[in-house]
Amino acid sequence: MSDHDYTPKSKVGKWFNDRLPLLTLANHLTDYPTPKNLNYWWTFGGILTFCLITQIITGIILGMHYVAHADLAFQSVEHIMRDVNYGWLIRYVHANGASMFFLAVYIHIFRSLYYGSYKSPREVIWIIGMLIYFLMMATAFMGYVLPWGQMSFWGATVITNLFSAIPLVGDSITTWLWGGYSVDNPTLTRFFSLHYLFPFLILGLVILHIWALHVPGNNNPIGIDIKKPSKDTVPFHPYIVIKDLFALLIFLIIFAFFVFFSPNILGHADNYIEANPLVTPAHIVPEWYLLPFYAILRSVPDKLLGVIAMFAAIFVLVILPWLDTSKVRSTVFRPIYKQFYWFLVADVLILGYVGAMPAEGLYLLIARVATAYYFAHFLIILPFLGMKEKTTPLPLSITEPVLGGSADMAMAKNNSDYKEKL
Amino acid sequence: MSDSDKKKPNRRDFILTATTAAGAVGVGAAVWPLVDQMNPDASVKALASTEVDVSSVQPGQSITVIWRGKPVFIKRRTQDEIDSARAVDLSELKHPEKDEDRAKDPEWLVMLGVCTHLGCVPLTDKGDYNAWFCPCHGSHYDTSGRIRKGPAPTNMEVPKYEFVNSNTIKIG
Repeated sequence: MSDHDYTPKSKVGKWFNDRLPLLTLANHLTDYPTPKNLNYWWTFGGILTFCLITQIITGIILGMHYVAHADLAFQSVEHIMRDVNYGWLIRYVHANGASMFFLAVYIHIFRSLYYGSYKSPREVIWIIGMLIYFLMMATAFMGYVLPWGQMSFWGATVITNLFSAIPLVGDSITTWLWGGYSVDNPTLTRFFSLHYLFPFLILGLVILHIWALHVPGNNNPIGIDIKKPSKDTVPFHPYIVIKDLFALLIFLIIFAFFVFFSPNILGHADNYIEANPLVTPAHIVPEWYLLPFYAILRSVPDKLLGVIAMFAAIFVLVILPWLDTSKVRSTVFRPIYKQFYWFLVADVLILGYVGAMPAEGLYLLIARVATAYYFAHFLIILPFLGMKEKTTPLPLSITEPVLGGSADMAMAKNNSDYKEKL
Repeated sequence: MSDSDKKKPNRRDFILTATTAAGAVGVGAAVWPLVDQMNPDASVKALASTEVDVSSVQPGQSITVIWRGKPVFIKRRTQDEIDSARAVDLSELKHPEKDEDRAKDPEWLVMLGVCTHLGCVPLTDKGDYNAWFCPCHGSHYDTSGRIRKGPAPTNMEVPKYEFVNSNTIKIG
């Protein structure tokens, strides 16, 4: 906001803006200089904002018809599906919206990993993003409990029992979380209360995430700093707004496909059976977006260590900016890291697959190897690779390779120069 | 401020420390009700015991009853099952407990039907020991409900119970 002065044209606007500078903020957001080489992987920030707002709006509406009580919750969800006008649509948008939200957030996270968006000076954006991701998982988990079906009940039982692994105080914490001696009505009502609250915490963190983004500005596909003011940037509006809207349209086609043609494909049939504390379903599986972590949990044969490994899998992401020692942001200039990047993508997909399979035999072996590789990637490969890897030359500016035809040696600066400059 | 480092504490320092301490106690006292409200309430605690009529249970049969929202297995064991549970060498066990200590009356095994791994309900007459098997993460229990194989850390818990008369068990 400090890089340009803005005065509203109208007298009323000026009067208001002097008292609350909302118009200055709006002007900052429209004029915000954005690297002109952003590709379509950069449109997921806007898509995610759309997802959050959709979940909040549909969620508030569902809350008008849903009854948070162990005896009534299951029926009230069926009531929404059968009796409430367009209730089926609103619930299917909300349920599939959660999956779409995670699909978009995984693409957003892997885009950051590929282009080094978590590196200096953007560590705080990344950490806030990880907090958002963690809250999203908690919110989605509690939301899945609310219909009070078999998967709701047993998923809640398994996840809350994770805390019983804590030495000494584990059982007291679990009893405290449940409000009883098992998952029951008190658990359901508190989950509903928190499920309603968390999206607004996420919204607050999203505002901080964008604020932190607007301090250094966007990273970009070649990962070098942009020169301001220069031909390297375009104003956010209309260039990025229109591009984001186009990407959102494509995303909505996929979203609509799930909602209208296969609304239950991402759920589990067992959740259409009302919760029964005496019968555990033969095969308990979390929602697809939690499967990699579930695979890590199950791959460790010890209860406490399994829980620690699962939380550590998230924590290594939080400290990632300090684990990756390479000064070069974009994978485009890191030929060896590029291969490890795709290994990691494959590793996470494999973990997700074995997380959905029974924890025995070959699946268990694969889960263990994939878990070990996951941690090796962050704790061994990234720190050492950053020191050893010979990166390819970086272009001088975003504009240069475009105008000059190629990033040949004559116009590219050597990586060692770049490091000296830092 | 640098002068006060060398000085001994004066009345102002005393008041600051005392106020902060009193304030911390006050905040703690105000927060505790907000935390403790999540613990089991009086109506949950009131359901602390259950009486079960077991007169119709035949040898080899097992029934499941609810106590504190959790399933309790009551198994009337056959002589073979008792013998196999008692024949086990304690050194083989992950959580060594004698069968004699788990089943006061060897014919009746009463325990929480909750897997000690992550709380699923194990299936009866299944698994490597033809006793209990947890389908969630593959824990195998023997005919005494002791963990033999899989991720569960301890044996299935034996709740406090007593025979009110020869046909009735009171759990809790």
